[in-house]
Amino acid sequence: MRRFTWFNATSLTLGFAFLYLPMVILIVYSFNASELVTVWAGFSTKWYGELLQNEAFLDAAWVTLQVAVISSTIATVLGTMAAYVLVRAGRFAGRTLFSGMIYAPLVMPEVITGLSLLLLFIGIGLDRGVLTIILAHTTFSMCYVSVVVSSRLVSFDRSLEEAALDLGCTAMEAFRLVTLPIIAPAVISGWLLAFTLSLDDLVIASFTAGPSATTLPIKIWSSIRLGVSPEINALSTLLIAIVAVGVITASLITKRAALRQEAEERAAIRA
Amino acid sequence: MRRVVLIAVPYLWLLALFLVPFIIVLKISLSDYALSIPPYTPKLDFAAGWEGIKAFFSALDFENFTFLTTDDLYWKAYLSSVQIAAIATLCTLLVGYPIAYGMANAPDHWRPTLMMLVILPFWTSFLIRVYSWMGILSTEGYLNQLLIGMGLISEPLTILNTNTAVYIGIVYTYLPFMILPIYATLERMDASLLEAAEDLGCSRIQAFWLVTLPLSRNGIIAGCFLVFIPTIGEFVIPALLGGSDTLMIGKVLWEEFFNNRDWPVASAVAVILLLILIIPIILFQRNEQKQREAEG
Amino acid sequence: MNQSVFEPWNDPNAKPLIQFKGVTKRFGEFTAIDNQTFDIYEKEFFALLGPSGCGKTTMMRMLAGFEAPTEGQIWLDGQDIAPIPPNKRAVNMMFQSYALFPHLSVWDNIAFGLKRDGLPPDAIGDRVGEMLKLTRLEKFAKRKPHQISGGQRQRVALARSLAKAPKLLLLDEPLGALDAKLRQDTQFELMDIQETTGTTFVIVTHDQEEAMTVASRVAVMDDGRIMQADTPANIYEMPNSVYVADFIGDVTIIEGTATRNGNGYDIAFAEGQPSLHAESEIDLTDGSRAALAIRPEKVSISAEKPENTRNALQGKILDIAYLGNLSTYHVELPTGQIVKAQAANTRRLSRRSFTWEDEVWISWTDTAAVLLEA
Repeated sequence: MRRFTWFNATSLTLGFAFLYLPMVILIVYSFNASELVTVWAGFSTKWYGELLQNEAFLDAAWVTLQVAVISSTIATVLGTMAAYVLVRAGRFAGRTLFSGMIYAPLVMPEVITGLSLLLLFIGIGLDRGVLTIILAHTTFSMCYVSVVVSSRLVSFDRSLEEAALDLGCTAMEAFRLVTLPIIAPAVISGWLLAFTLSLDDLVIASFTAGPSATTLPIKIWSSIRLGVSPEINALSTLLIAIVAVGVITASLITKRAALRQEAEERAAIRA
Repeated sequence: MRRVVLIAVPYLWLLALFLVPFIIVLKISLSDYALSIPPYTPKLDFAAGWEGIKAFFSALDFENFTFLTTDDLYWKAYLSSVQIAAIATLCTLLVGYPIAYGMANAPDHWRPTLMMLVILPFWTSFLIRVYSWMGILSTEGYLNQLLIGMGLISEPLTILNTNTAVYIGIVYTYLPFMILPIYATLERMDASLLEAAEDLGCSRIQAFWLVTLPLSRNGIIAGCFLVFIPTIGEFVIPALLGGSDTLMIGKVLWEEFFNNRDWPVASAVAVILLLILIIPIILFQRNEQKQREAEG
Repeated sequence: MNQSVFEPWNDPNAKPLIQFKGVTKRFGEFTAIDNQTFDIYEKEFFALLGPSGCGKTTMMRMLAGFEAPTEGQIWLDGQDIAPIPPNKRAVNMMFQSYALFPHLSVWDNIAFGLKRDGLPPDAIGDRVGEMLKLTRLEKFAKRKPHQISGGQRQRVALARSLAKAPKLLLLDEPLGALDAKLRQDTQFELMDIQETTGTTFVIVTHDQEEAMTVASRVAVMDDGRIMQADTPANIYEMPNSVYVADFIGDVTIIEGTATRNGNGYDIAFAEGQPSLHAESEIDLTDGSRAALAIRPEKVSISAEKPENTRNALQGKILDIAYLGNLSTYHVELPTGQIVKAQAANTRRLSRRSFTWEDEVWISWTDTAAVLLEA
């Protein structure tokens, strides 16, 4: 059994303080009554009130949510297909190019992805707006999804699919009844990843969004360029809270599921 | 037939929305290379410069003004990006390694929680994480307030809008990318190896240098690449935390595009940025592949 | 006519269920199966036995339909099965990993194939119940695969593959994941189930004991070829090659030159040693090389030179392996050849009669050794 040594405890404490203190400060000062962000002038929730009155932010949030849901859903379908092709399709013409196109967007600087998509949209005369952001986000998210799903597919016991075929399934039925339910957790985490990437994206959205559509990161960006603002502190706190609640709930659910499974397995051995 | 559809749909999507756009970018810069048939000097600024001329001829705007000043700017921006990325990567390693080490040696029941704490920032907005440092580092910010309050300094330090702030921002946002691969290799390491080293006469510290560190080499390399590669093209951090003298190519590209509206120059900058990135990417992939082969 | 003996392979009128007709399977340059022709009969329990990479799994996957022969044909019930995809074949397979669907209960796993056939729910329920009863899994119907033990999982896999009442059941190392004790019990259970259901079983295994226990016929494979396919007793007592003799059980191989003598041959194997005699029906020209295969339990060991045998050799005990019920002695002849002899330990605690370095005589009868072409 390993125990915390003095050195390890110190490095972990300092490390996590570094990771979390800035966010904690941000949250604390979002309840600051003062207009001057760095001077504490008593507790207040007034910035939250103002935030919820701010139509521009609410509109941007709505656009962002739409883009994120639609793009991550399409990206999950395409990314799962791509993962299946990578792991299962064997050799076909242009396979190297295909896997290159899956991995390249992961290391491509966002400014380049954004610029190249913009030049494409202009080239084909597509008006920039919600649609172009969705197309852009789907393209880079599908690559992340396919990496997540293919790493699950690689460890997938192929004899499960063969067993399904052996028992009378067509290839489609085998995928629907056996493969998909088993890889579902990876597909779901792929979707979540795509969703948060889309929510988060500033650079690519800035290139591909037109005047008709502004996402939340673009809105935040234009207000923080000028410096710290209490309203943005409040918005950041809300976003951090949503993510924290989401991630912690998800991990508690998986942990409980793991515990239940363990208990059941123990019960089974006794039986 | 079904197989063809399965392959074709994601393939065509990527061709249309990844490869074709990239070829468009490439085409612009290549046609400029054709204009500049003369020697291919190592000075990349010529290429960028000719981009400017082309833009001038095709767009008839004020590009030739920029042309004269560009060479120097781009050349320095590329160098400075690589330099900032390298220094920041080193800092991230120095901060990240002890954390990864502490995690790997933490009691078993603590590890999932620590793991979650490292991953959690991944899910929070990058922009907000960078933004959170603006309030801390500004002249009247929390850090200066604290230091003055403690009597350590009398005049506020200027940190925000300097390269120091950029390093802090990079270390902060990319730290999980460094911690996770190092943690993964350390966690897999057999604890009896250290016992064997100590049994054979090593002190704790010698055992660390001679056993732990070499064995975590792959994690360190992977972590460094994962920080270094995206940092070179980074835009948000230098734009928010850096000063006007912080030169990073991602920022230059952005400004070229949005402020100067010079798309041809921007795309030339993009192509060269990618050429610079290819080297570390290939090295990274080779490292990963070697590791995979070693693991069988 | 003895009707209780089941050996359709000796009956010229019996119709085979499976016929391999000159089947070759190549993967690129590699030949996995090399031009094989043989038959398997209805209700047989046929074992494919061999080291890994000998082609036994390829053979099975061709029957299941996951691989197609490169050359030749495979017939099932008088019909070429090449054009039939795996999901339409009256053949089911029990996978080495069991391949139980982790997201489905035991009941749903067993019902899986029946549902594909579009059976009415009542019929599915009845059939699943029947299978659960056959494999004694009634109590576990609602459990998920990860909630039951390894042995139970093995039985679910068996029940699932038997549920559709296939003409042929393929078992890929079905007991490989079980521990030794459980494996033995399960072997007998498999034989019972095979007998009850009357299904033809083809089992792939690398465990010779398992093959010998369960199978009506064992096919010993090497390098993509079946070296010998026969009953376990014949494989053991009458191997047709040095490879088979060596692969199955313990054996001593002595090579020498054969000369015809009466009903058998004399084998001269070394200078200064008496030649050995073995009765044999094989046809060898005088002076050709031959090999004697002698099972250790057929070799007697004694202190004095035994009378009335032509095959007696003197040697020195090199090693003794005490196995509880038996002891195996490794006796080294002056030529360096080692011969294994086995003796039952019939008495408890009595002083063992031989020990290391003892000079002993080993002997066997004229019919004890099998003469093979070298």
